[in-house]
Amino acid sequence: MSISGKAYIAGAFEHPTRKALDKSVAQLHAECALGALRDAGLTKDDVDGYFCAGDAPGLGPINLADYMGLKLRHLDSTETGGSSYVLAVAHAAEAIAMGKCSVALITLAGRPKAEGMATGTKPRVYGDSPDVPFELPFAPVITNMYGMCAKRHMYEFGTTSEQLAWIKVAASHHAQHNPNAVLRDVVTVEDVVNSPIISDPLHRLDCCVISDGGGALIVVAPEIAKSLNRPLVKIKGAGESPKGQMGGRVDLTYTGAAVSGPIAFDEAKVTPADIKYASIYDSFTITVLMQLEDLGFCEKGEGGKFVADGNLISGVGKLPFNTDGGGLCNNHPANRGGMTKVIEAVRQLRGEAHPAVQVPDCDLALAHGTGGSLGTRHGSATLILERE
Amino acid sequence: MTQEQKSFPAPSVSPETEEYWEGAKRGELLVRFCNDCGSPHHYPRSICPHCGSDNTEYRKVSGNGEIYSVSVMWRAPIPYALAYVTLEGTDISMMTNVVDCDLKSLEIGQKVKVKFSETEGDGPPVPTFTPA
Repeated sequence: MSISGKAYIAGAFEHPTRKALDKSVAQLHAECALGALRDAGLTKDDVDGYFCAGDAPGLGPINLADYMGLKLRHLDSTETGGSSYVLAVAHAAEAIAMGKCSVALITLAGRPKAEGMATGTKPRVYGDSPDVPFELPFAPVITNMYGMCAKRHMYEFGTTSEQLAWIKVAASHHAQHNPNAVLRDVVTVEDVVNSPIISDPLHRLDCCVISDGGGALIVVAPEIAKSLNRPLVKIKGAGESPKGQMGGRVDLTYTGAAVSGPIAFDEAKVTPADIKYASIYDSFTITVLMQLEDLGFCEKGEGGKFVADGNLISGVGKLPFNTDGGGLCNNHPANRGGMTKVIEAVRQLRGEAHPAVQVPDCDLALAHGTGGSLGTRHGSATLILERE
Repeated sequence: MTQEQKSFPAPSVSPETEEYWEGAKRGELLVRFCNDCGSPHHYPRSICPHCGSDNTEYRKVSGNGEIYSVSVMWRAPIPYALAYVTLEGTDISMMTNVVDCDLKSLEIGQKVKVKFSETEGDGPPVPTFTPA
């Protein structure tokens, strides 16, 4: 049993806002849903499955189905942080393959910018989880947890700040073509390493942007995809995994992608060398580097060399990544970057990316998400998509 | 060298972890060990996360360790060092702060020893570490 070829992404929409002072979170969800449905050529009455995650207000799918007037026979609110939406595509494909729904809507929205949230510098607590008393007193915030990952990677493998900086440089080369991107200026390695240290060894420009907005996807059964006037983007393989502290046997050198990646590649029956475009979760530069290694695009420890010298820049390097500018420069709506990873992969497969960054003959793409923290515990989700 | 120190929010104590925090009040660093597989784990649970046995107990450890990784949060109003410290004689690392130190001098592999730090309100002290 496999989901390969059992479902297609027929609609994708990224909200253009980056600071939503005048909109509610529910409204942003609904605007994203409308955008994706229009993109697919469907209406809300076609939707019979709905997927959302922890950014959704209230009881998630209950409150938002009521708000949007959805009539559903399948719903799912699996919460794995920023990776939720990559994982939701796979879960939607599973539900479609099992006949539980035929048109699945996935939405994400949030407004941390408008709310003035200290995304990178204040601890976030996810409920009354058992780890909290043993961590919160020490003020783990997102930036210092990823700082510890970067520090250990440098210690074990000799990775440098300049190599990490190349990841931001590549994202900025792409973002210059995206009118909605938060950061559109092309930056250099020197710009990154000379920006202020937030939590060492991570600089300000090693971090992603903080932005409002959201996105939505429509996943449909094959016969519906083929009835719509849109390019066919087929779900070919998917993998998911949590990774934590392993009872204290902490290992910060790898991520859950080491598990979710091989599962997805096995299901898709392709290898990393086959991938023409990759959307890689980019909360920080180090996030990208570690995941590229774990997904098998290079050997463990070789990520620094792999990303250097523009290897991730479309038209320049071997692995074009995050051609919308990614979370590092474009958008990180609700502090959850998984949705936009899938959306840009769909654009690339349809040939609808900006012409300056469109990968020629892009027929196979990967989207990978992380949710939570690489420094403690996180969810990983990998998706492989093919243009048919 | 000693600089202004951030405060520590009090941990919430549950029936499962009460004994751990009682140890902290006595200045003892406790680690939960499994009597079946012999492995220590952290944070403490009643059921061993390695083998699944419910035959576990707290044991006092030396409080010595070395830094597995560290990151100094310079952007905070009072900069501080978040670290994982690997405990001597074990394969487990715990999240902590390294205190009473030159924040710029901290390195992976550096030897440290436990130093309990008072928390806000009536909470138990938490295990922080200082250069050995």
